Amino acid sequence: MPRKKDTDDINIEMDADESESDDGGNNKRTNNRRQGAGRGGARGRGRGKKPTSEDEDEEDEDEAPRGRRGANKKKPVKKRGGRNAKDDDDSEDEAPKKGRKGAANKKKGGKAQDSDDDDSDAGKGKKGKRGGKKGGKDEEDSKGKKGDAKGKDKGKDKDNDKKKKKKKDDSSDSDSNTNSEEEESMSEGEMARLMEEVEEKKKLIATIRNKPWRMKRRLVHLKEAQEFVDKFEGALGKGKGRKWYAYKVMMKKKWIKFSRDFENFRTACIPWERKIKEVESHFGSSVASYFIFLRWMYGMNLVLFGFTFGLVVIPEVLMGLPYGSIPRKTVPRADQDTAQDYSVLMDFQGYCKYSIMFYGYYNNQRTIGLLKFRLPLSYLMVGIGTFGYSLMVVISTMAKNADVGGGDGDEGEFTFAWKMFTSWDYLIGNSETADNKYASITTSFKESIVDEQENQKDENIHLRRFLRVLANLMILCSLGGSGYLIYFVVKRSQEFANRDDLSWYEKNELELIMSLLGLVCPPLFETIAELEDYHPRIALKWQLGRIFALFLGNLYTFLFALFDEVNTKLEEEGAIRNASLWAMKEYYANYTLFLNNSNLTPPPMPPADVIRGPCWETAVGIEFVKLTVSDIQVSYLTILIGDFARAVIVRFLNYCWCWDLEAGFPSYGEFDISGNVLGLVFNQGMIWMGAFYAPGLVGINVLRLLSSMYYQCWAVMATNVPHERVFKASKSNNFYMGLLLLILFLSLLPVVFTIMTLPPSFDCGPFSGKPYMFDVIMETIDLDLPAFLGTLFSYAANPGLIIPAVLLMVLAIYYLNSARDEEKNRRNNTDSTNQVMKDLEDLLPKGSLMAPPEPEKPPEPESRLTKTKPGSAGKGVNLQKDVALASPNPNARGPVNRSPGPRGAGPGQGPGRGQGPGPGRGQGPGRGQGPGGPGRGRGRGPPPR
Amino acid sequence: MSMSFFIHLFSAHKRFTELLTKDEKDLPNNRVPMERILTLPELKSNPFRKRICNVFSTSEYKDGGLTFEDFLDLLSAFSDSATLEIKSHYAFRIFDFDDDGTLDCGDLEKLVNCLTGETDDTRLTPEEMRQLINNILEESDIDKDGTVNLSEFQHVISRSPDFVSSFKIVL
Repeated sequence: MPRKKDTDDINIEMDADESESDDGGNNKRTNNRRQGAGRGGARGRGRGKKPTSEDEDEEDEDEAPRGRRGANKKKPVKKRGGRNAKDDDDSEDEAPKKGRKGAANKKKGGKAQDSDDDDSDAGKGKKGKRGGKKGGKDEEDSKGKKGDAKGKDKGKDKDNDKKKKKKKDDSSDSDSNTNSEEEESMSEGEMARLMEEVEEKKKLIATIRNKPWRMKRRLVHLKEAQEFVDKFEGALGKGKGRKWYAYKVMMKKKWIKFSRDFENFRTACIPWERKIKEVESHFGSSVASYFIFLRWMYGMNLVLFGFTFGLVVIPEVLMGLPYGSIPRKTVPRADQDTAQDYSVLMDFQGYCKYSIMFYGYYNNQRTIGLLKFRLPLSYLMVGIGTFGYSLMVVISTMAKNADVGGGDGDEGEFTFAWKMFTSWDYLIGNSETADNKYASITTSFKESIVDEQENQKDENIHLRRFLRVLANLMILCSLGGSGYLIYFVVKRSQEFANRDDLSWYEKNELELIMSLLGLVCPPLFETIAELEDYHPRIALKWQLGRIFALFLGNLYTFLFALFDEVNTKLEEEGAIRNASLWAMKEYYANYTLFLNNSNLTPPPMPPADVIRGPCWETAVGIEFVKLTVSDIQVSYLTILIGDFARAVIVRFLNYCWCWDLEAGFPSYGEFDISGNVLGLVFNQGMIWMGAFYAPGLVGINVLRLLSSMYYQCWAVMATNVPHERVFKASKSNNFYMGLLLLILFLSLLPVVFTIMTLPPSFDCGPFSGKPYMFDVIMETIDLDLPAFLGTLFSYAANPGLIIPAVLLMVLAIYYLNSARDEEKNRRNNTDSTNQVMKDLEDLLPKGSLMAPPEPEKPPEPESRLTKTKPGSAGKGVNLQKDVALASPNPNARGPVNRSPGPRGAGPGQGPGRGQGPGPGRGQGPGRGQGPGGPGRGRGRGPPPR
Repeated sequence: MSMSFFIHLFSAHKRFTELLTKDEKDLPNNRVPMERILTLPELKSNPFRKRICNVFSTSEYKDGGLTFEDFLDLLSAFSDSATLEIKSHYAFRIFDFDDDGTLDCGDLEKLVNCLTGETDDTRLTPEEMRQLINNILEESDIDKDGTVNLSEFQHVISRSPDFVSSFKIVL
C-alpha cells in the first residue's frame, strides 16, 4: 500500500529532520539519495543518520508488525474500493511499508506517533489513500512550485525514491501508465475533500506565525503543511487545467512575496524613526506625538508639493512664455528701480511679485507648449485637488486611528494593570534612557497610588465641580473679551484706513493687539486651568481647544480684513479696466483711421509700460506668504530665545547667582506641546488658503516643515527638560486630526467662495478674461470633449438630479453608519462581554474544585524530568515542554482552552484536551512519555465539573 | 517564505554567530550561554533580560542558554508581525517569575521591582508596594483567587492601546 507508506515517510522524515534540527540538512539529503540509489528503495530514507539500523529494517519487512498500524490501515483499504487491480500490486508493497513503519515507530518512539496524532484522523485516511498515487504528479508539482526550499528538495527526493520503488515492484507497468490511471480514478467527492484539506493546510501556513509554538514545532508543521499543499494542490485542476492551476498558484505566491517585500520597503522608508524614538525615550510619548504629527504633515505636504509643482509650476516654467514677454510677467516701469531692494523683496514685492510664486504670473493661454498642456485647467484642478486630497487623507487617517485606538474606550479600567504590564518599552537599548524610564515608571506608580488614595478619600466633589464651572466661565469671559477687542480694533482700523495722518501705533494697532492677545491668553488659560485639576492629558485637550478658539478669532479677522481689501481692489480694477479698454479703442480707432488697415496689431508698447490692474489674487497670495514667513521667523526666534538662550543663561549663570537657577525660578523650558501643535495646524490652514493664489507657498511650507523637524528635534533635546508629569499621549492622536479637519474646512470656505463668486482679474493669472474661474471647466467641456458629453454634464448639473443624488448619499451614510454600529456591537458582545462572562463562568465554579491541590504539584517535576531526558530528540521534548509550560496549573487552565484564540489548535491538543479542568486532568499516565504518545492521555481526567 | 524573511533570518543568524566563540562555531546545535546573550545591546538595558532568556531557552540545565532556534523564537515573538495573542502569551511567561503558570503576589512584586529599577531612590516603599499590588489584583483578578492567570492577563492586555507597539525588539 504505497499510499500509507507515503504518509509514514513524511512523518519519519520530519522526525529525522528534527533530530538533527538546524545543521546538516543537506548532508542528510545527499546521504539519502546515495543510499536510495544504492539499495534501490526508499528504505533508507528518513533515517540518514542511522544507517546501521536500516538493515534490520529490511529484514523486518515481511514480518510486518501490522498490529500497531492495523487499525489505521483498515480504513484506507476499505475506501479504496474499485481499484482492485492496483490493490494487488500494492499489497506486495504493503508489507515492506508496514515493516518499515513499524520499525520506525519503534525507533522513534513517541515522536512518530506524535506527529501522526497531529494529523486529523480524516486527513490521515485520505493521505494514506492518496499518498502513493502522487508519484508523477509530485514531480511535476515540486518542479513548478516554490515552496520552502527545503521542503521542495525533500519532495523531489521522495519522488525519486518512490519512483525507484515502483519500478522495482511492478516493472511491467510504466510510471506514466500508472499515473494516468490513477488520475482518472479520482472522484468528485475525493476532489472536494482534498480541496478542503488543502485549504486547511494553507490556513495553517498562513496562521502558523500566530501560534505561540516553539520554532522547531512550527517548522515541522510548516514543512508538513507545505509539502502537503505542494503535493496536492496541483492535483486539483483537471487535465490541462492543472498546469494553468499550478501557474496561477505560483503567480499568487510571487505576488504575495512581492507585496510583502514592498511593505517592508515602505516601512524602511519612513524617515526620522530613530530621531523620534530618541525624543520619545527622553520626553515621553506626548512630546513624540507632536513630532509624529509633524512628520505626517510633512508627508502630506510633500504630496501637495508634488501636485502643485509637477502640474502647474514646472509646465509654466518649461513651456510658458519667459519673463518679460508680456505685461503680467514684467515688473512695471515705475517699480523697476526698487524692484531688487532687499526690503522690497522681503515684502514680496518687486521681482518676487512677478515671479512664478504667485497667481498673477501665469498666462491665460489655453494650451501651452508642444504637448498642448492645458495650464489654466490644470491650475484650477490642482487648486481643488489640493483640498480633495487633504480631506481624503485627513479623514482616512482619522478613521485608521479610530480603528487602532479601540482600546481607548475603557480607559481607566485597567490603569494599574496597564502601567504594570505594558509600561516597559522593550525597544529601549540605552542605559541612560532606561534609567529615565525607571524613574518615570516609578513616578507614575507613585502618582497613581496617590490618586487612588485620594479617590478613596472621597474628596469634596462639589467643590471640584464648582471650580471647574468657575474656570470655564472665566475662560469664556476672556475669550469673549478678546473677541470684542479684536472686533473693536478692526472697526477702528477701517476708520483709520481712510486717513493718512497716522502714528506708528495706529498703523500697526491690529497686529499689535493680536500678538498681545496671542501672548497673554494662553498662559492665562493655563493658570485658570489649574483650578480644574484635570489629568494632564485631558488638560492638554482643553487647553488646545481654548487656544484654538482664540486663534480662530485671529484668523477670521485676518480674513475679513483681506476681503475688504479684495473688494476695494475689485472696484479699482473695474475702473482701470474701463480706462484701458477705452484707451485701446481710441488707439485702434486712430490706427484704422490713419493707416486704413484692418490688420490690427497691438500698440507697440513695452510690456513694462502697459497700464495694469491691481491683480487682487496676487495681493492675497502675498498676504498669505508674508504671514507664513513671519510665522516661521517668529516660531524659530521663540525657540532660539525662549528656549536656547534661556537654557544657556540658566546653565552658565548658575555658577555665580544667588539662587539656584536650574531648580528655582527660570529653570529650563518645557516643550510646549499645545502651542506647537496649534502653530502647526494654523500654519497648515494658511497654506491651504494661500496655495491657490501662491503656488510657491507649498514649496516654502515643505522647506519649513523639513527644517523645523531637525531644528525642533535639536532644540528639544538640547534645551528642554521633560515635563514634570510625563504622561502618555493617547495613541490615536485623533484630537490633532480633528483640529486639522476643522481648519481644513474653515480654510476651504473662503477659497471656494472666491473661486465661485468673485470675477478673476482681467489682466493677470490663468483665468484672466473669463467672468468666473470655473468657466475653464466649461470651456474644456465645450472645446475638448465630444458634444454629447457636454449635454450629459448639463443634465447632470440639473437640480432635479443633484437633489436625489444628495439624498442617496445621505441614505448611504446612514446605512453604513448603522451597519458599523451593529458590527461594533456584535464584536463587543463576542469579545469583551462574552469573554468576561465566560471567564467568570469558567472560573467561579472552579473555586470549589480548588480544594484538592495535591495532584497539581507532583506532575510538574515529572514533566521537567521528561524535558531533561537526554538524547530524546526534538519534537517530543518540545511538545512536552509547551504542554508543561502552558498548563502547569490546572486551575488556571480552563478559560485558556475556552478562549477563541488559535492557541487551542495546537497539535497534540486532541479533542479531549480542553475539557477537563478537574484536577489530575493532564497528569497521571496521560502525561506519559512512552511511545504511546505524549499528549495523548490528556482528556482522561474526571469529566469536567 | 519571502525573501525579506530570509534577509531577516540572515541578519539574525549573523548576530547570533557573532556571539559564538571560534571553536563553538564548528559544533552543531550550539548553545550560547545567557551571559553572552545578555551582551546584545538590545537586551542589555532590559530589566527582564534574564527572564526573556529563561523563557525562550530550551536548555536542559535551565541556564538560559539559547540555541539559534531559540533565538529565532525570541525574535519572532518580539517581531512586528507577531500577534497580540503570541506577545501576550510570552509576556505572561516572562512576568511569571517562578514559572508556576500564574502571576501571584511574589511575581507581581518582582515585576514592580524590575520596572522601578535597581536604585534605592526609585524603589517603592513596602506600603506603596502593597497598595499597588492590591490595586492590580483588584483590576485584573476576575475570579478573585489572588493571582492573575493567563486568560485574565490576556484580557487586560488585549485592551491596552500600546502593548503591541512596545513589546518589540528589533535587531
